[in-house]
Amino acid sequence: MTDITANTATRRGGGAAALLRHARYVIGENPITGLSFGLFLLIVIAALVGPWIVPYNPLASDTSAALKPPSVAHWFGTDQLGRDIFSRVVAATQLDFAIAVLSVVLVFLIGGLAGVAAGFFGGWTDRVVSRIADTIMAFPLFVLAMGIVAALGNTVQNIILATAIINFPLYARVARAEANIRREAGFVEAARLSGNSEWRILAFHILPNVFPILVVQMSLTMGYAILNAAGLSFIGLGVRAPTPEWGIMVAEGAANIISGEWWVAFFPGAALMIAVFCFNLLGDGMRDIVDPRRRT
Amino acid sequence: MLTSILRRLVTVIPTLVGVVFVTFLLTRVLPGDPAVYFAGPTATPESIAEVRKSLGLDNPLQEQFDRYVVELDHGNLGNYLATGRPVLAELTSRLPASAELTLFGLIISMAIAIPLGILAAVKQGSWIDHTCRIVATAGVSLPVFFTGLLLVYVFYFRLGWAPAPLGRLDVFYDAPPAVTGFYLIDSLLAGNLELFRASLGQLILPGVTLALFSLAPIARMTRASMLTVMASDYIRTARASGLSPYTIVVTYAFRNAMLPVITTLGMVFSFLLGANVLVEKVFAWPGIGSFAVEALIASDYAPVQGFVLTMAVMYVALNLLIDILYGVVDPRVRLEA
Amino acid sequence: MTAAPALSVEKLCVEFRTRSGVVRALDNVSFSVAKGETIALVGESGSGKSVTAYAVMGILDPAGRVTGGRAMLDGLDLLSASERQLADVRGRKMAMIFQNPRTALNPIRQVGRQIADVLIRHGDVTRKAAPAAAIEMLRAVGITDPVRRAKTYPFEMSGGMCQRVMIAIALAAKPSLLIADEPTTGLDVTTQAVIMDLISDLAKKLGMATIFITHDLALAGQRAARIVVMHAGHIVETAPTRDLFVNARHPYTAELIAATPDSATSLDALASIPGSLPDLRRADLPPCRYSERCPRKTERCAQPLPVGPPEAVHTIACWNPLPERAISAPKVNAA
Repeated sequence: MTDITANTATRRGGGAAALLRHARYVIGENPITGLSFGLFLLIVIAALVGPWIVPYNPLASDTSAALKPPSVAHWFGTDQLGRDIFSRVVAATQLDFAIAVLSVVLVFLIGGLAGVAAGFFGGWTDRVVSRIADTIMAFPLFVLAMGIVAALGNTVQNIILATAIINFPLYARVARAEANIRREAGFVEAARLSGNSEWRILAFHILPNVFPILVVQMSLTMGYAILNAAGLSFIGLGVRAPTPEWGIMVAEGAANIISGEWWVAFFPGAALMIAVFCFNLLGDGMRDIVDPRRRT
Repeated sequence: MLTSILRRLVTVIPTLVGVVFVTFLLTRVLPGDPAVYFAGPTATPESIAEVRKSLGLDNPLQEQFDRYVVELDHGNLGNYLATGRPVLAELTSRLPASAELTLFGLIISMAIAIPLGILAAVKQGSWIDHTCRIVATAGVSLPVFFTGLLLVYVFYFRLGWAPAPLGRLDVFYDAPPAVTGFYLIDSLLAGNLELFRASLGQLILPGVTLALFSLAPIARMTRASMLTVMASDYIRTARASGLSPYTIVVTYAFRNAMLPVITTLGMVFSFLLGANVLVEKVFAWPGIGSFAVEALIASDYAPVQGFVLTMAVMYVALNLLIDILYGVVDPRVRLEA
Repeated sequence: MTAAPALSVEKLCVEFRTRSGVVRALDNVSFSVAKGETIALVGESGSGKSVTAYAVMGILDPAGRVTGGRAMLDGLDLLSASERQLADVRGRKMAMIFQNPRTALNPIRQVGRQIADVLIRHGDVTRKAAPAAAIEMLRAVGITDPVRRAKTYPFEMSGGMCQRVMIAIALAAKPSLLIADEPTTGLDVTTQAVIMDLISDLAKKLGMATIFITHDLALAGQRAARIVVMHAGHIVETAPTRDLFVNARHPYTAELIAATPDSATSLDALASIPGSLPDLRRADLPPCRYSERCPRKTERCAQPLPVGPPEAVHTIACWNPLPERAISAPKVNAA
């Protein structure tokens, strides 16, 4: 059980500096954590400037150069329309990363706030939020995402929304549990007595304490969000050709695998794998930074 | 025992109500006119008007929901536009294919993951332990459709060991006479070993793909659970009594360790049912997942909705079975209630 | 006539590797138990009593290592025996019961089957005859309606009944040595007495040697013929019970006796032992681990402790022991 008073104490005062120092220690101590942080930075850079620094236009097709295996000219080869796969993979980073980040931010806000409100106020709020979470959990999650995107329309925004919805129960539950613990804590009583309204306490005292616990989950959810988006695109929901996105690129390359042109599907798939792996490792690393007691 | 099962059945009802409500909502939040969606892309204004009338879309929402429930009661999930057959009939005919694939994958997965987890816990720090950890971490990162494609490339294209990923049976074969709908069982029942081998051949790659996908959470949970159990007081007593290592690990530790694993199966099924859709697409498997995907591509909406509802109901049933299984294994749940 | 002891522990040394250093938990622990004798191993929490028992049984935590010494049981050195040899000996020749009996029993296995498991393994009983034999064991430990109880689970039983079941499991194969690690902790006072009586009766009936591990000196005084006093991984004094209470020679023993509440003592007069246990991770531990908190410390105490003759009935590990018959301790009622 986390020490409630200690957590708040580290957040005020010299909290930020100490946290950074601890973060640097953790990153340095375990080479794998360091590697995942490095990889994460690489992904962020690719997402930010990727589309502008790639050698070829990701959308430019050249049918005369279709289905060429990896070479010096085309590091990852070309696809059925002669587009350079390396450029498309790097350009796709932007879209996939954006989907991941936006999904996670959305679910943190909706799920985190709903859960914290449920845990803090109890009563009807708790019942409603729990009922919603339980109903969502009654579905196989990917199937529900399919249903949502099919119903709301085939857009990237809806993929983000669907991902947020299917992750809602997890965030709501964790936030609710943490808020429940802190509801009667000393500093909350103090805040109440000094005249803070319940909502202020929720927003400024409880939510910040819940964030570190959720931040670990958020990293893991980013990986899951990318897999989800890729999966949906693979079956034709969400992103549509010719937009470069890892999932849809694998789908486009699927038919070619059987005829031996492995590179069309391989490189986007590998990029997917590496990104998700990186986010999972990052999540473990975050766990060590945020609360060493939970180290596995 | 029976009363606890009945009690659990009762708790399932509000969940089912929630599920039905959500699928109803999904049909009514369609951007634009739902009737257009259900009438299909080739609909005429007249057929759209007909659909609107049959769905009762001009009525207040409450009435629509009531009508929806009534339709469900009668098993009416709409029609599949490509064939004109009722959606429910399509789903029922394709369900055995998906069920066989999922069960096959799950059995392989458990057959590998559970021993792996046990050995990793019993022999901490050994190469088995490290293998287990790597498998667990890698497994959650691999996109299931990518794994499937890789397996096809290596084992079909490169090595030629596996048959073409074109469904449940090669075109040369006829399906066995349907008893269970599971080709493996039906071919054995019909005494047709060649058909059995052919079905198995088609089943291996997609089955292994699914197995690899669910391997990670099961292995990880088994290992963690075994580690906790092996450190417990009653295992210490068992050791102090001089019981054989087999008795300690299998009869004492394993059964206790399986309890959290059984609970994990619920989550594993959630992932598996989703992964099923992707694997069916990669291997052209004629199950309900590929059915839904085909309907999606054709902008035929009723099958998709029917698919979501069916999957949810199946998932609720599976969770109930898991709960009951847990009660069978753990007497504390059975008797303390 | 000196018959071979049931158990003879000689110069046992145990270390634990922890994140904060190596803990020298036991240092040259030596004692013996005669056949059929009941002794008590007493000391504060952290004195190493349980570690000694776990080391002898071979069930130390993986972080613990035996770094020296022997533990002879029927001609076999337990500390250098293989795991297979130990598994044969445990249950059959030596057995152990633990505190917190509820968690020490398999929660999802019927108690009758847990007893039967031991019988089948060690008791030369066939699989078919085992359930009946298990019922007999339950009867022997005083559980009423044993036929029905054999099919119950630990969570359906009280703490006292669980402890009886654990005794049944331990004694099923009629071992010659029983180690009881705080068997009455967590039980209410009436049940404590009943359980202790049960253990004493069964020990007498089976001619079994018993080692009681306890922090309760009064309890040790009631049940044991001889008492071994431990402090910080050392044995500081061993003596027959009456001798120990009347004629405690080691300063720590005297403090322990003085700190033991007696019904006649008022709360104000309750003494406590000054100081605290030394940190066993230190590299500079003095040879006598009590010396830093001992009121009778002299310069000689910096030397390695004296080792008395092995046949001595009353051993004292001290350079400056209390003189004979100096302190008359409050009378403790012998059983």
